[in-house]
Amino acid sequence: MSWSESLRTALEALRLHRMRSTLTVVGIMIGVAAVILTVGFGQGAQDQVKSQIDSLGSNLLVISPGSSTSSGGIRGGLGSASTLTIADAEALNSKVAAPDIAGVAPQTQSSASLTAGTTNWTTSVVGTTQSWLDVRSQKLASGRFITDEDVATQAAVVVLGATTSQELFGPRGALDQTVVVNGTTLSVVGVLEASGSTGTSNNDDQAIVPISTAGQRLFGGTSRTGVQAIYVQAVDQASLSAAYQEANTLLLALHGTTNPTDADFTITSQDSLVEAATSVDKTMTLLLGAVAAISLLVGGIGVMNIMLVSVTERIGEIGLRKALGAAPRIIRRQFMLEASVLGLAGGAAGVAIGIGLAFGIPLLSEQTISISIPATAGALVVAIAIGVIFGVYPADRAARMAPIDALRTD
Amino acid sequence: MSSQALAPGSATLATTDVVLALRDIGKTYTSGELSVEALRSVSFDIRAGEYVAITGPSGSGKSTLMHILGCLDIPSTGAYLLAGDDVSMMDEAHLAHIRNRRIGFVFQRFHLMAQLSAARNVELPLVYANVPALERRERAVEALAQVGLRDRTEHRPGELSGGQQQRVAVARALVTEPDLILADEPTGNLDSVASADVLALLDEVNALGRTVVLITHEPDVAARAQRIIVVRDGYVADAGQNDQRDLQSTSSLKATKSWGPTL
Ligand SMILES: Nc1ncnc2c1ncn2[C@@H]1O[C@H](COP(=O)(O)OP(=O)(O)O)[C@@H](O)[C@H]1O
Ligand SMILES: [Mg+2]
Repeated sequence: MSWSESLRTALEALRLHRMRSTLTVVGIMIGVAAVILTVGFGQGAQDQVKSQIDSLGSNLLVISPGSSTSSGGIRGGLGSASTLTIADAEALNSKVAAPDIAGVAPQTQSSASLTAGTTNWTTSVVGTTQSWLDVRSQKLASGRFITDEDVATQAAVVVLGATTSQELFGPRGALDQTVVVNGTTLSVVGVLEASGSTGTSNNDDQAIVPISTAGQRLFGGTSRTGVQAIYVQAVDQASLSAAYQEANTLLLALHGTTNPTDADFTITSQDSLVEAATSVDKTMTLLLGAVAAISLLVGGIGVMNIMLVSVTERIGEIGLRKALGAAPRIIRRQFMLEASVLGLAGGAAGVAIGIGLAFGIPLLSEQTISISIPATAGALVVAIAIGVIFGVYPADRAARMAPIDALRTD
Repeated sequence: MSSQALAPGSATLATTDVVLALRDIGKTYTSGELSVEALRSVSFDIRAGEYVAITGPSGSGKSTLMHILGCLDIPSTGAYLLAGDDVSMMDEAHLAHIRNRRIGFVFQRFHLMAQLSAARNVELPLVYANVPALERRERAVEALAQVGLRDRTEHRPGELSGGQQQRVAVARALVTEPDLILADEPTGNLDSVASADVLALLDEVNALGRTVVLITHEPDVAARAQRIIVVRDGYVADAGQNDQRDLQSTSSLKATKSWGPTL
């Protein structure tokens, strides 16, 4: 008996028990779709976090004040002195002491209200230096960025984020306009290009001022020389760990710390940020994926159950086919094909539904679902494998059945 | 009923050819502690072209014998030669092949597949013989014509009467041109008119040269055969005797009427 003939027979048998076959296929389908969607959800969430962190810049190290061992990295309250200073940042910028560091951008950050005429807008005011633009991988939409000279002269200039500019000045443009922050009038010298980043730290809603202006003229207090973060850009991806070592050694020396565990700063790499931020998502994905895999397994047991019922119910048919000359091999093949077709149909339907929902759900909600090719292919392969594996036992039972048992009339 | 000629070739079988030979066949069913000796030391020959009835009371071992003759089961002891091959030690795959090529079955309950048309039911043994689809179809329609069902090829069993269904089964048994037609109580589920039809068909099949073994507990059905083998308690009580007429020259059925001992 040819394979195509066997397939035809298998399809006929499945069609004969349409309802039962459909329900079995639905079982597998749900399992496969669930796997695709859960993996997609998890992957989507991870991608989202990763793209947020990537929007910080590339090949970045972030140095934050405070010791990771003594105080758990929690900074003191407002106004308390920071353990990182502008001097630290300047030292890191040395090409001799730190050859693997391409750029250094110290940063202070305070929330303040910006007033332009009758409009006001509260946003984050970032004090930094000229290198910030490169280090943070930002681009200018118009005007210029703050310069070293602005920093040296505590110039009353500001560069606005795209959203901030839009909120304060609307379509007429912010360039050469003025804003008032804490009683100081700043002239807008540039506007940043929208980076389109979403989430908690909106890069498009901020006002950048020279770090000296922020410390001396706008906010003052004890944070005149302190900085809240130093962004360090390594020359390239490969030199990231060398840059880390250099920054660490240099800062330990500057702060007079001999024991590295007593360090009053923490260096975090972008990778470790991504890792930390996505680890929860990964665990969730794993957990949900496991649940989905179990539902796929349940679908597989459904196939086996149906095939066993089918074998028991079709004893007469099996016996007749054997009497007419079907070898055990042929009977086994027929039932294996039936189970495999169920697995394949369930898998294909599951992939279709899974991918359909992966495209559909993001249209209705914020959630992004990325379609994982390996997960999709894997689920499809598993679905077919389930049909085959769970078909083996029933098919073998059918193949071993004695023809006389099937044909016995009394 | 049918005036179409049966397939040529079958008439060339020599009358003295032994188509099947049983030698000291025993069959013991064992289930747990219990064992039933269903057949003991059964020996007989059936020659090509013979029309044999196997009869006996219920529980005497007729069906067991039929299963062994049909290669549906293997004997516990003894040798069974079918067309010269010893089939008593063959594995299931080999037996399936023998059943497919050498034996045509007619069962009491027809055993047709309800979802398939008459033609596709008749095609079934050819499917397992790897006959190409077109030829299969042709041969199935031809076999249905032989049993007088040329205009019923697309009917499903449910749309046919019992007698017609059994004729489809006979067509299915004939389509592979087997050495042996085995009929187990073929009239058991039929009324007298349909029974007469089917028996006449078997007579005709035999008249055209094919070996027919008919299992029945009804004396008047057994009486149609040329020879009656009586089974009792698992042994052959009477192996019967074949008449000496020249089978090759027989083209009518009159010689087969009321021959042999009446039970
Ligand atoms: N599968 C079996 N297991 C055990 N005993 C069986 C089996 N089949 C038949 N028998 C026994 O073998 C004997 C012969 O049975 P069977 O060949 O069916 O007789 P018949 O067809 O003449 O009525 C009976 O006693 C029956 O109970
Ligand atoms: Mg019986």
